[in-house]
Amino acid sequence: MAREWSDLFIVDGRGSEHPRPVRASDDGERERRGGRFRRLRENLRRTRQALTAEVQATLFEELDDETWERLEEALIYADVGARTTAQVVEELEREAGAGSLTGGPQLTERLVELLADTARTGQDTIDLRAHPTVILVAGVNGTGKTTTVGKLAWHLRQELGLSVVMAAADTFRAAGIEQLEIWAHRSGATFVSRHPGADPGAVAYDAVEVGMREGADVVLIDTAGRLHTQQDLMGELAKVSRVIAKQIPDAPHETLLTVDATTGQNGLLQARLFSEAVPVTGLVLTKLDGTAKGGIALAIAQELGIPVKLIGIGERLEDLRPFEPAEFARALVAA
Amino acid sequence: MFETLSDKLQTALQDVRGRGTLTESDVTAAMREIRLALLEADVNFKVVREFTAAIKEKALGAEVIGKLNPGQQVVKIVSDQLTELMGGAGGDLSFSPRPPTIVVMAGLQGSGKTTATAKLARYLREQRSASVAVAACDLQRPAAVDQLVKVGKQAGADVYERGTDADPVEVAAWARDRATTEGKDVLIIDTSGRLHIDRELMDELARIKKTVKPHAVLLVVDAMTGQDAVAVAEEFGEATGFDGVVMTKLDGDARGGAALSVKAITGKPILFASTGEKLDQFERFHPDRMAQRILGMGDVMTLIEKAQDAYDEDQAVALERKLRKQQFGLDDFLDQLRQVRRLGPLQSLLGMIPGIDKQLRNVRVDEREFDRIQAIILSMTPSERRHPELINGSRRLRIARGSGTNVQAVKALIKQFEQMRKVMRQVAAGRMPDLGALMGGGGAPGAPTRLGR
Repeated sequence: MAREWSDLFIVDGRGSEHPRPVRASDDGERERRGGRFRRLRENLRRTRQALTAEVQATLFEELDDETWERLEEALIYADVGARTTAQVVEELEREAGAGSLTGGPQLTERLVELLADTARTGQDTIDLRAHPTVILVAGVNGTGKTTTVGKLAWHLRQELGLSVVMAAADTFRAAGIEQLEIWAHRSGATFVSRHPGADPGAVAYDAVEVGMREGADVVLIDTAGRLHTQQDLMGELAKVSRVIAKQIPDAPHETLLTVDATTGQNGLLQARLFSEAVPVTGLVLTKLDGTAKGGIALAIAQELGIPVKLIGIGERLEDLRPFEPAEFARALVAA
Repeated sequence: MFETLSDKLQTALQDVRGRGTLTESDVTAAMREIRLALLEADVNFKVVREFTAAIKEKALGAEVIGKLNPGQQVVKIVSDQLTELMGGAGGDLSFSPRPPTIVVMAGLQGSGKTTATAKLARYLREQRSASVAVAACDLQRPAAVDQLVKVGKQAGADVYERGTDADPVEVAAWARDRATTEGKDVLIIDTSGRLHIDRELMDELARIKKTVKPHAVLLVVDAMTGQDAVAVAEEFGEATGFDGVVMTKLDGDARGGAALSVKAITGKPILFASTGEKLDQFERFHPDRMAQRILGMGDVMTLIEKAQDAYDEDQAVALERKLRKQQFGLDDFLDQLRQVRRLGPLQSLLGMIPGIDKQLRNVRVDEREFDRIQAIILSMTPSERRHPELINGSRRLRIARGSGTNVQAVKALIKQFEQMRKVMRQVAAGRMPDLGALMGGGGAPGAPTRLGR
């Protein structure tokens, strides 16, 4: 099962000066959640199918060279990447050689464990005890930043009853501001923006100021999509982060990097270079509702120690979910 | 674009290249490296398997022809195979004899359809002198219509839109009729991003296709896509079919294995490459050049084309005359500088020059340095620009103040300019200047020296 939102967020209870929104009855709630998990399972099932065939075909045979090679290909196909794949498969091979693994089911179980361990890294919760908690969202063009900010605001408002300020620091993309404004309206967040082409640092400054003045719980800052290779734009992002830190020394408390699940090995370079510009504290793995496996998240966790915190599994508001390593690992190999 | 892959292949073949004969274990070792490099470049593993098998077979059975040593022969085989896989000489968008030519853009969310739509519009206007309209049929993503209205206008295209409360299929049909009435050469239809497994939206795309009967459906693919690129291309191919591919975000450092995979698996050509955020950063995709680039031979053809676009014949003649009469001044220097900058950011130009990309890749070019030089020159009087020797202490100070720089910077620029003028005089006088010293290394530019070893 996916983690609950309450497992992801650390709150101090103070946030609920704002009452929790009125909810349906418990039965209705259970039903709603049942439906949500069914949807998650369905979405993840598609992710599993391709790999299941590969892995299962492998596991009922003897553990020979071909087993390992096919296992490798299955992980490569999930975009886990050559290096992380080699490490995981070598470990399995070693354990099998030492006699601690016999037969398919055991191997599968161990594989899931190893993959989940790889995914489990660093501080994987989001601490909301600072008031306001400033969350900066960055990423390459088209990875789903604005959508993530919109949905996250909605969850913070609706699930936790927190007051949220949303800032459109994506002043570059045509209509980027309008897109976020629509989300702010949907989620009931306070919206801060300036004119297109304005300095993103200034927008962030305004947002933090509004957040402090209004006593908001969370300030969410959306930034323009940028390729990690564009030095000037990475410098601009670092500046946004610095501007925020000038107002609140520990802020941004959280810097999330959105990574598209369809991304291949370039995701590793993205994570590395974004981390050089700003202290990335977690990933949002988006678009997991397709056939892409998002294995690049494992490579990023393994090589850079950045945990995945949220996943996007669909277009609907509730399709942004907390990340759960074991479930993700199982989805990769379909236990 | 694919620099890192080219590095790896070069490393893989380094040993082979250095030797006169080729053993089976050489080939096997090289293939292992190539396999790894291609996987790291996100080439689909099935494509990799076939590719390395084919190369190995050819490499082992290869006869030694002409002057090539066996190592060079492997390089050639890899290059040929890669070129073949990428699709030979490359295709282009053909116009319908009965306008408007209708193009539908399709792809996943975030692949860059809306931007690519505007870029294609601009490209067809500029390169093919076509009148272009774009239609906003992405009614899913908030504000997508607004975005197309803005970028479409920037591209100089008419934007056909009917808000977001309409049915995309109806908007597409309406746009087709309007483009016909208004006598447009081309109509480009931007559609919603959709997942290839989303039945409903794929069905919508199929209905758009059925209704407007486009001459081409272009699949927009993000160059950073991993192994999933093949699944995406296959599903789009099955659901609606597509005629060509636009690769986007090629200005990043993605090795773009997706391009290889999509071409190899679907057989559809990659027609265009999108290489930046600006609307003019869009060009025809050249598979043959790309394959050469993968092998570290640079992208000289692209560079030459860019230079031709930015080059002004009349100016060049005038410049030559000045050089001969030794009247080359700072004004002319500034013109030259501006022409070079018109080619694009220096960083991306460096990547296209063979042999130097590896060493210079990590050199960060400070484009602002050009701005400073420009500011200094523009702060001079016309006569100072023609005769820099006039510039004394007080003039230097004035120029430094006017350009927001300092006296040292002004001094340095004038000194550099004098040195350059000296070299030019030598050239004009028919003597061969010491280019090696100027370029920081020997060797004529343009020769793929690494392969010549």
